[in-house]
Amino acid sequence: MGKNDSTRLHFHRRELLIGAAYLTLGLSKAHATVIVDHLPWAPNAGNPPTSALPGPWMFFTGDEGRAIEALADCIIPPDPQTPGGKDSGSAVFIDRQLAGPYGRQYGLYVRPPFMKGTRSQGHQSEKGPAEEYREGLAALDRTCRAKFGGKAFAELSDPDKDTVLKGLESGELSPDGADGKAFLAMVIKDVQMGFFADPIYGGNRDMVAWKMIGYPGSRYNYLDWVSRHNERFPLPPVSMTGRAEWTPQTR
Amino acid sequence: MRSNSRYFFAGVGIALFLAGSAAAGDSDPQEFTQIERGRYLAILSDCASCHTVPGSNQPFAGGRAIETPFGSIVAPNITPDPETGIGGWSDDDFDAAIRKGLRRNGSRLYPAMPYTAYTKMSRDDVQAIRAYLNTVTPVHNDVVANTLPFPFNIRASLRVWNALYFIEGDYKPDARKSAAWNRGAYLVDGPGHCGACHTPKTLLGGDRTDQYLRGGFLQGWSAPDITGDTRVGVGDWSVEDLVAYLKTGHNRVSAATGPMAEVVTLSTEQMTNSDLNAIAAYLKSLPGKQDHPQALPKENPAMVAGAAIYRDQCSACHGLDGKGVAKLFPSIADSPMVKSDDPTTSIRIVVRGARSVGTRAEPTAPGMPSYGRQLDDTQIAAVLTYMRNSWGAAAAPVGADDVARVRSDAALRPD
Amino acid sequence: MAKRLPKKDVVIIGLGWTGTIMANELTDEGLEVIAIERGPWRDAPTDFPPSYMQDELRYRVRHELFLRPEQLTFSFRNRIGQTALPIRSWGAFMPPNGVGGGGVHWNGEMWRFLPSDFVLKTHLTERYGASFLPEDMTIQDWGVTYDELEPFYDRFEYICGTSGTAGNLRGKIMEGGNPFEGPRSRPYPTPAQAQPFSHTLFGKAARDLGYKPFPQPSGNLSQAYTNPLGLQMGPCTYCGFCEWFGCSNYSKASPQTTILPYLVRKPNFTARDNSEVTRINVDKSGTRATGVTFIDSSGVEWEQPADLVVLAAYAMFNVQLLLHSKIGRPYDPVANSGVVGRNYTHQTVSTVNGFFDSKKYNFNPFIGSGSIGMCVDELNGDNFDHGPHGFVGGGYMGQVQTGARPIESTLVPPGTPKWGAAWKTAVRENYLSTVKPGAGVHGSFYSYRDIYLDLDPAYSDRFGRPLMRITMDLKENELKQNKFLTDKFAEIIKAMGADKLAVLYRTAPYDISTYQTTHLNGGAVMGADPATSVLNRYLQSWDVSNLFVLGASAFPQNPGYNPTLTVGALAYWAATAIRDKYLKNPGRLVDA
Repeated sequence: MGKNDSTRLHFHRRELLIGAAYLTLGLSKAHATVIVDHLPWAPNAGNPPTSALPGPWMFFTGDEGRAIEALADCIIPPDPQTPGGKDSGSAVFIDRQLAGPYGRQYGLYVRPPFMKGTRSQGHQSEKGPAEEYREGLAALDRTCRAKFGGKAFAELSDPDKDTVLKGLESGELSPDGADGKAFLAMVIKDVQMGFFADPIYGGNRDMVAWKMIGYPGSRYNYLDWVSRHNERFPLPPVSMTGRAEWTPQTR
Repeated sequence: MRSNSRYFFAGVGIALFLAGSAAAGDSDPQEFTQIERGRYLAILSDCASCHTVPGSNQPFAGGRAIETPFGSIVAPNITPDPETGIGGWSDDDFDAAIRKGLRRNGSRLYPAMPYTAYTKMSRDDVQAIRAYLNTVTPVHNDVVANTLPFPFNIRASLRVWNALYFIEGDYKPDARKSAAWNRGAYLVDGPGHCGACHTPKTLLGGDRTDQYLRGGFLQGWSAPDITGDTRVGVGDWSVEDLVAYLKTGHNRVSAATGPMAEVVTLSTEQMTNSDLNAIAAYLKSLPGKQDHPQALPKENPAMVAGAAIYRDQCSACHGLDGKGVAKLFPSIADSPMVKSDDPTTSIRIVVRGARSVGTRAEPTAPGMPSYGRQLDDTQIAAVLTYMRNSWGAAAAPVGADDVARVRSDAALRPD
Repeated sequence: MAKRLPKKDVVIIGLGWTGTIMANELTDEGLEVIAIERGPWRDAPTDFPPSYMQDELRYRVRHELFLRPEQLTFSFRNRIGQTALPIRSWGAFMPPNGVGGGGVHWNGEMWRFLPSDFVLKTHLTERYGASFLPEDMTIQDWGVTYDELEPFYDRFEYICGTSGTAGNLRGKIMEGGNPFEGPRSRPYPTPAQAQPFSHTLFGKAARDLGYKPFPQPSGNLSQAYTNPLGLQMGPCTYCGFCEWFGCSNYSKASPQTTILPYLVRKPNFTARDNSEVTRINVDKSGTRATGVTFIDSSGVEWEQPADLVVLAAYAMFNVQLLLHSKIGRPYDPVANSGVVGRNYTHQTVSTVNGFFDSKKYNFNPFIGSGSIGMCVDELNGDNFDHGPHGFVGGGYMGQVQTGARPIESTLVPPGTPKWGAAWKTAVRENYLSTVKPGAGVHGSFYSYRDIYLDLDPAYSDRFGRPLMRITMDLKENELKQNKFLTDKFAEIIKAMGADKLAVLYRTAPYDISTYQTTHLNGGAVMGADPATSVLNRYLQSWDVSNLFVLGASAFPQNPGYNPTLTVGALAYWAATAIRDKYLKNPGRLVDA
């Protein structure tokens, strides 16, 4: 039988009375491999997401971070009711995503040869999001410096920033000859994704985006609301890490 | 003559009643009826639970470690292997072990072997078990049984312990009560040895008889009160509820998990309906302590926090009204276990998750996910406090330190 | 050199819906059954808890429960003559992986096909004449009829506890159900789910326009239910995290909730997870399977011999394994010869989003189940006269919005900028009052000569085997069908009271990067004629009589309904044939 034979029990600590479960000690998942007689089980099972911790950039350089924060605030400008992309953490979100498996194209098919396909054949580049951001942000700043007297994107005035974005969007501006439209579309997608994702990933700090739209978050039971039509749902949003009300408010 | 006959037949009646069928005498390997009776008695006594390593296909071969407050003991091999099992024992040796707590060389067994309960069985019962065990496949498995640390490894100290806690002798029926009640009492106090887990223990590990069946603590779990107490015992359960729980592991309120899951699959699931009814009737007849604590007010900070956690998370399965779904998600609102004085089991289930038992009648075996990483000690304490004091219930609050204690105690346990 | 395991009576490749159904049936016959699953074991309390299941980024955007392309993928091109390139990241569909397969994270939509769907070629030819059909269309009759399958539809519906309102009870048309459905022998096991606001509003608008709307039949249950195996399920709580996600509270029908706990207890059943079958082994004659070869997670190769092989690996992987194992003649579209890879289809879906006045409408759109919705079936199959329209096929339409997870449901009306202050304001104003059905138009995808599967000449997988190559495009017939239906659907959304509509037709070319359901079908179709099918009407291979192939790979073309209920019914149908006929007399059940 293979290495992962869980049909023998290991008694590493003889004083422990083991319940009717197939286990080897120290596992945090419901370990299987051979399933026979009963459903697999382990205590503390599960694989919750890892929290994006605050702190310095894990992927971006200082310049890239500034550029991304500026982009985030253009895409989602701050207003009196709701913070913008920067303060709500979209740049942090993107940074943590790029530093992780997403940035590395983890799990994707990355075997060569890489050939240019038709539009309907999807992403065929060897470059993953990490490289695309690196190159795209560098090209953006180079283009801005050339057009705006040596200023990087983050240093431009707000109207000038918007002009640059509109130029990318229309195709008029193509930094270093690369596809500015595709780059902008990617940044918009990721900034907005960070804005609406669970705060555990670094964006949507304090659920500001969910409060903005009236989304109640990671709730699970709406049985008492299905048939209440056209009424405002009154409960505040909750994220995977809970909400403030979960902790007893003692004076 | 007539009066003698009456007593004679009554005596036989009780003996028949206790033994289930005609008594035989010494164990006889060819006597099918006796072997069947012995097999059933072994189920009632749940011998397999200690003497069989889970998942092994070597029943009764011993080698399973049993945790006690004093250290661990390994259950011996009770297959009929002549060298490493009990094949070489006489029937008297066997009877002395089960009903008197004596090993073959005259030294004493540790009361982890519940001879204090098994003493209530008759010699005939024990011979039947012997007859059955003699038919089990002999396994060569040399078990080192004496593994307790000093000073508990000195068996002679048990003489004192027995003097304090061991009352030897068959079950004596209470003539004022029905046959069913007596059967229930015999099963609970004798082979079923429910008190081994459900009666709290003194420091020396003997029963606290003034707290009979009012809940105990062992192996990192709290076993609940199973008297007829309507708040924390089974007083509000019907006989059908109790029978369903023992037979299938599930009823409209609760589900068996942890060590009780094993009791169901190895023992109570295989009991006859009439025996289960007898146990239920007996337990419900026991007066509970009937405490009347004050419910915490809704505005209490822990209650407010607990209500938020409950609404956001727990209600996904246990319902907005706390009633769960029958045979799938326990009814927190109706569960006496949730209100137990000792909240260890509730805390364990929330922190580590739990798998309820799957039986022939109820194969679903639904599981509770683990919340130990999402919720901290204060939050778990708050939501448990909320559940113990809502929907008409009342119980002492759970503290963050209770949760911390259970977390660290259970951390290295595999179940 | 593969290590040989002790022989079993049956080896089942894949432990999703069909593998689980077949395993449960055959273990009841006393056979020793082993199921080998490529992916991991999973279950609600350990893998889909309500503490972190509601994670749109992880499970919908990064699709963590699904197969990784790195583990196995396909190559794709629109037309013969183009170079196919690998699907490096999933888009148009998301293949499943793991115990439970797609049954873990599906929507739970449980539709029966129409009686005419099973005899489509005969029916359409009779009604419209052979020349009405496009010349390159290769639709076929199935070899089994709706009436033969009805008891098995019923059986699977009851195993799942399906929630619905009967429309045709033994021939009697019932108020509130689908008047077009084939006759059913008894009502649904549980009543239809309650409908949220916008879904109810759609029903009313459809009714006012003359349609007969009905609640979508749902595998997310409306109430607690004990199924025929004694397994308990709970009521769906409308969490809005259904498709892409596992269900946290035992209320979505899946192999885990409806069969596995019962099956696993049987001593004659074993499953191995994290083990990938790489080949079905066949003896020298090529007509008898001897078992399978699989590779475990340590890379060790094993051989599992068995008397009966059941291929239940999901439509695409079924076809791929047949090609790699060289069972059946591979299809050549140019020569029009062979059968394995023929009649491959997808689903033609589109939608219309509606933007309503936020001062008047609050839909609480985050409340939903995977199979909620009011639907109309007037334009499905051949339920209407196609003569004036110049296409065949159709689909159901409905406000079937399953929830409103914010990353993908913060839509803005057409013309709104995609970023900036105007975008932000529009999102704020529209979230609660937008109707976003998802696949509001769910249309048929018929089969064509040059839409097929074969092996790629250039790209290979991690074992060095060639990837399977998809050649697929959208044909004129399906595009016409979709335009017609989508325009009709838009009328209903408008009639609901929408201020603005975004009408999103399905357009050519077929795009591998845009999600269009994972209803992939065909490639190993069932039929009456071995010249045009891989399987006979019992899903038994024409070539290897101790091999049965379960799943939507058997569909000769795809009707305008979700496939799972039919996939399950066919699995029960095949299992019954094995139990009643094959085991008594192993060999071909149908003469060629």
